[in-house]
Amino acid sequence: MTRAELVIVGAGPAGLSAAIEAAKNGVKVLLIDENAKPGGQLFKQIHKFFGSKAHRAGVRGYVIGQQLLQETEELGIEVWLNSEVCGIEDSGHLLWVIRDGKESVQVRAEKLILSTGASENAVTFPGWNLPGVMGAGAAQTMINVHRVLPGKHIVMVGSGNVGVIVSYQLLQAGASVEAIVEAAPKIGGYGVHTAKVCRAGVPFYVGHTVKKAYGTDRVEAVDLIALDEKFRQIPGTEIHLACDTVCLATGLTPLTELAWLAGCKFDFIGALGGNIPMHNEKMQTSVPNVYIAGDIAGTEEASTAMEEGRLAGVNVACALGHCTAEHAKTRSDEIWENLNALRCGYFGQRRRDAKDLILKKGADLGI
Amino acid sequence: MNAELKIKGAPSIEELRASPAFPSYEELRRGPIAVIECIEEIPCNPCEGACPFHAIRVGSPITNLPHLDVEKCVGCGRCVAACSGLCIYVKDFTYSETTCTISFPFEYLPLPEVGQEVEMVDRHGNVICKGTVRRVNNAKANDNTAVITAEYDKAYFEDVVNMKRLGI
Repeated sequence: MTRAELVIVGAGPAGLSAAIEAAKNGVKVLLIDENAKPGGQLFKQIHKFFGSKAHRAGVRGYVIGQQLLQETEELGIEVWLNSEVCGIEDSGHLLWVIRDGKESVQVRAEKLILSTGASENAVTFPGWNLPGVMGAGAAQTMINVHRVLPGKHIVMVGSGNVGVIVSYQLLQAGASVEAIVEAAPKIGGYGVHTAKVCRAGVPFYVGHTVKKAYGTDRVEAVDLIALDEKFRQIPGTEIHLACDTVCLATGLTPLTELAWLAGCKFDFIGALGGNIPMHNEKMQTSVPNVYIAGDIAGTEEASTAMEEGRLAGVNVACALGHCTAEHAKTRSDEIWENLNALRCGYFGQRRRDAKDLILKKGADLGI
Repeated sequence: MNAELKIKGAPSIEELRASPAFPSYEELRRGPIAVIECIEEIPCNPCEGACPFHAIRVGSPITNLPHLDVEKCVGCGRCVAACSGLCIYVKDFTYSETTCTISFPFEYLPLPEVGQEVEMVDRHGNVICKGTVRRVNNAKANDNTAVITAEYDKAYFEDVVNMKRLGI
C-alpha cells in the first residue's frame, strides 16, 4: 500500500498545474498518468497560444509543457507513468493502479484530483472504418509527436478550432488539405485560424457532411453532400473528392469514468461535452475529497485547464491544512479573474454560462 | 455577424473595415503601417505588449478587439511575429514609385531566400501576382514565426496578404 496526501490522475495541463500549485504550498503529491510521457495534449500543440500575455500567451504549447515539466521536477513531485487507475473505492480514498501493465498497486489518498481530459468523438458514415479515417487528434499526434505524415491529401471533418488548427499543422507538415467540411451553416473555429488555412488555399464546405468514403485497402475518396437546415442530406448535391486521409474533428467528450466510480454526482451539460461531475468554485465535487480540473469538468482549452488545475491545487492544499483560508481565497480570486477573462466574448460566453450553470447545480446539490 | 468570415473562412474587406484596427484607405497609403485582421472577440492580447510605441490597445477584458492608433504606428513590425493568430502584417505603399512591400508571418518550410521570386496570394489563397523577397527575419525572438518582406506591384497593393507555400 502506497500512501499519498494528494493523488492527481492525469498529467496533462490541468494535472501538472494542479500538482505544481499544491506542491508549492507544501503538499506531497503523487501524479499518475497512463501514458509513457507526461504533458497530455500540450506536446502536440506547436502553435502559439492565445490568452493573456501575463499568462504565457504567445508561447507555443509544447514550450509550456516543457516549463510545467521542469517545475514539476524542481518541486520534487512524484510521477508514475504507464500507470492506469482502474478502480476507486472508499469515497475516493482508495485507488487501484496497474503499473507498467503488470503490477497491481493500492494507493491510499487523502485527497484526489481527477484531471483525465477528454476523448474525441467520431461521426460515422459508410466507409468510416477504412484505414486512413482517423481522429484529428490522432493525426496531430502522428505529425507533431511522432513526425509521421498520415497522408498527403486530407479531408478534415469539423471546422472548430481543433479541425482548423490540425489542418494548419498538416499543411506545415507538408500535406495538402482538400477540404474542411462543416455540417453547421457556419464555421466554428476562430477566424484568425480559418483565415490562416484559407489563404493557404484550403476550401471550406459549410452545410456539408461526408456521405461516404471509398477505398479498398484504405480510403481513396469521399463524397461530400450538402445538408438542409434540419441536417438532412440533399440528394444530387454530392461532391466527389480524392483523398488518402479523412480526419474527424467532431468534438470531445469528457473522460469521466473515474468520477463515476468515485460516486460523484453528474448532470448533462451539452455545451461542455456531455455528462459532467458537478462541482463548486473550488473544483470540489459532491464527494468532498474528490476534485476535478480541465476537460473532465467540461471540454475547453489548455489555457482554462491550467487555471482550473491551479484552482483545485490551492484549494486542496488549504483543505489539507498547508495554507490559510485567506491565502486560498486570494489565490482563487486571482485565478477566477483569469478564467473569467478567458470565458468572455463571442466564443467564451457560452462556456461561461455553462460553467455558471454547473456551479449553480453544484450549489443546489449542497456542494 | 462577420458572415463571410464564418462561411468562407476569410473576412471580406467590408468586415475588416468595420473593425477598430483596420487602417483607412488613406492611412494604408501613407507609409509603413500595421494591418491587423482580427475581427472576432477572442481572449488574446500579445500584440498590445509587443508594440514599443503603444499603438495597439486591447485593454480589459482581453476579448476586446485590438485598436490601432495609426498616428503612433510606424510599421516597425514587432507585432507581426508576436500575434498568435498570425493575422498581422505590415504594408508599405511608399516603397517605390511602382512597387510596394508587405511583411507577413510565415511558418512553412522551406523559407524563401532573399531575392527569390515568390507567388503572392490573397485571403483565399489565389495567386494574384509575383513578388520578390527582400528580407527574411527569423530572429530568435520571433520563435519560429518568420517575417518575410516581399516587394510587389502596387496594382495589387490591397489584395495581397501572404505568399504561396514553397515546394508544393
